[in-house]
Amino acid sequence: MRGIITVVGIDKVGIIAEVCTLLAKNQINILDISQTITGGYFHMMMIVNMENSIQEFHQVSDALDALGNQLGLQIKLQHEDIFQSMHRI
Amino acid sequence: MVNLNEVQETNRMIEEENLDVRTITMGISLLDCAHSDCSTFQRKIYDKITKKAENLVKAGEEIQKKFGVPIVNKRISVTPVSICSAACDHADFPAIAQTLDKAAAEVGVNFIGGFSALVQKGMTPTDEALIESIPEALGNTQNVCGSVNVGSSRSGINMDAVRILGERILDLAYVTRHEDSIGCAKLVVFCNAPEDNPFMAGAFHGVGEADTIINVGVSGPGVVKKALESVKGQNFEILSETIKKTAFKITRVGQLVALEASKMLDVPFGIIDLSLAPTPAVGDSIAEIFEEMGLECAGAPGTTAALALLNDQVKKGGLMASSFVGGLSGAFIPVSEDHGMIEAVEKGSLTLEKLEAMTCVCSVGLDMIAIPGDTPAASISGIIADEMAIGMINSKTTAVRIIPVHGKAVGDRVEFGGLLGYAPIMPVNRFSSYDFIKRGGRIPAPVHSYKN
Repeated sequence: MRGIITVVGIDKVGIIAEVCTLLAKNQINILDISQTITGGYFHMMMIVNMENSIQEFHQVSDALDALGNQLGLQIKLQHEDIFQSMHRI
Repeated sequence: MVNLNEVQETNRMIEEENLDVRTITMGISLLDCAHSDCSTFQRKIYDKITKKAENLVKAGEEIQKKFGVPIVNKRISVTPVSICSAACDHADFPAIAQTLDKAAAEVGVNFIGGFSALVQKGMTPTDEALIESIPEALGNTQNVCGSVNVGSSRSGINMDAVRILGERILDLAYVTRHEDSIGCAKLVVFCNAPEDNPFMAGAFHGVGEADTIINVGVSGPGVVKKALESVKGQNFEILSETIKKTAFKITRVGQLVALEASKMLDVPFGIIDLSLAPTPAVGDSIAEIFEEMGLECAGAPGTTAALALLNDQVKKGGLMASSFVGGLSGAFIPVSEDHGMIEAVEKGSLTLEKLEAMTCVCSVGLDMIAIPGDTPAASISGIIADEMAIGMINSKTTAVRIIPVHGKAVGDRVEFGGLLGYAPIMPVNRFSSYDFIKRGGRIPAPVHSYKN
């Protein structure tokens, strides 16, 4: 099962490192990363493989949410299907 | 593989444009609960509802977390109570409504629909008793919604039921007078009522349905409005195309959620209702869509055409997105639940008569309209009869959810709170319908109903 992680907020040092560390601890593999910075705002999207995740989907989601609060960013984990459904026929 | 732009577009719809799944509604058949003893019947319906819907709210919350899309309401619809209680020797309808209320509270849903009767051609003694009990039953419960289907394109209009309902609506307004007659917001009078509608207050579980099903209602007026901002001044073909594409995307989210809920609860998926259902929040309004289309205010000349286009394109986009579209599917035009519609009434742009015209092309009917508390019962019945005639002749669903607010007059305003919003009291034509309504009997079905 694949998840999409989005990170939005003001750019600063170590955002990717923090997110990747959390994912690595959970055995979640990153398949793709893309990012843009517009007007100092950091937009990142990661496609991750959750198959071997140690924690449940909702637990990882809560952990990322908490990390976002700690870093002053918005971090969301969503199941890939919502984007596939909406944008693919 | 999904790309960053697509992810951003979806999340912008959710976070900024109020895209949500308005309701996951579990339809539950109560036919197998029929019993000659009313207490036993009540125990059986309580047990069945609380067992079948045990995990409904939890599943809704889990799906919300999984996809990151808000699921605003979790609700239940049941077999019309007048049908499943017909076997009772002495059906105590207020007590049955209390039982439904308790069952809804137990499983944590905010509404349970189905305190209903289908009387388009005639009333059984049970139907009559249920209709008579409406003021007490809906007036003294919190979560129970009721509906009465009084007309259809096949059967015509049951004018006896229309007459009685005018009176009972006034009684219900009186019973709930200390809460601005809010009881009337929980009662819908229908023509051609759909049997799989997930939206309240008119939801019930039709007799042709499976034992238990999941129906989902999606919404997103804000998303449509935002999309139209990008085609300002362009022609109607482009306008239509933009609405259609947006409706497709919204419906796909609903379809995904419905299938997921169906899987999690092990209950078959019924339909997606792809309605644009406004809320009182700014940015979640049908009236704002009209303004974006180029009308100064909802109600201005051209509003009916704008609504016709909107309703049709929403259906076309949605039909491509799901094979099982049902319920009401289209644009809702409630007054109190849409801040833009409220403003249009307050500015004098939108009248009851214009709303009636708009219901010829919208997906439902006269919805959440507050009128003076001293409106005669025959006038309320007249309003219902007009609306039912529109549905009957045009082979579409029409409905009336009207609130004669006890003690209030034109110029006053009522606060219903929450998703129901607030409403200015709208004037009603003061000429009498009394002798017309008093006739009784049935209005025959229209000639084009004879299709066999």
